[in-house]
Amino acid sequence: MSYVVGQRVRARAGDPDHHTRIPRYVRGHAGQIVARLGDWPLPDASVAGVTKAETCYAVRFAAVELFGGGDHTVTVDLWESYLERA
Amino acid sequence: MSEHDHDHGGGHHDLPVAARVRQLEERLIAAGLASDEEIDAFLTRLYADASPVNGARMAARAWTRPGYRELLLSDGSAAAAELGFGGSGGLGYQLRVVENTPELHNMIVCTLCSCYPVSLLGPSPGWYKSFAYRSRTVREPRAVLAEFGVALPEDVKISVWDSTSEARYMVLPLRPSGTEGMGADELAGLVTRKGLIGTALV
Repeated sequence: MSYVVGQRVRARAGDPDHHTRIPRYVRGHAGQIVARLGDWPLPDASVAGVTKAETCYAVRFAAVELFGGGDHTVTVDLWESYLERA
Repeated sequence: MSEHDHDHGGGHHDLPVAARVRQLEERLIAAGLASDEEIDAFLTRLYADASPVNGARMAARAWTRPGYRELLLSDGSAAAAELGFGGSGGLGYQLRVVENTPELHNMIVCTLCSCYPVSLLGPSPGWYKSFAYRSRTVREPRAVLAEFGVALPEDVKISVWDSTSEARYMVLPLRPSGTEGMGADELAGLVTRKGLIGTALV
């Protein structure tokens, strides 16, 4: 599953029991792809000694979606497997 | 460490994190993954040419040359390479530069650790690595800015960038008014590290 700029996505809600780079505060929340950054090693695989390149995206979230308030946005870089269709 | 070695004046080596770093270094060395000399050499290389003067020069050049501004915003790593930053191997990371405008203010944070373009901004300040800055910037950036003495007009939107991946972010500050007659060198002298992180205006 790959995504395109402008697409709505949701950060996966799960809490993996291994190293990951998906911050807790975005888990389960919906945002929008603002850039496709590149294919980079997925940290979750790297920590197990496996190099697995995966597309990483910049995903923008509204503060009100994340925290229930605030008029700012937060853009977070997330690997493809951290995302699902919104 | 004996009692006499304790620095009660709040020195860096007294911090719990310093002990953790040392333990990690010892584990790396014990496991044969790196030697003390290799770690020292890596840190020396990392910090040799790292300075906020580099980022400041990029910002000032972007203010004075439209073509460079375009490159900086579309391919930050290429813009850094054009000034020779990062040496022959380049920066070693993808630099993404986000531009402040009269309507939008950008702030950089790394909530998971303290990622940051060291080669262009110099060693990261203690506050950048603090739990308070990392947790509060995504949640209440306007309040954090106020504590840095920055009061943005209410209608200026704030965009926070959380550096969770291989990309490193830098802010292109708004060129101050009244600087129309200044050249790039003089302008670079106005740009601060905080300005390039987004916790100060220039």
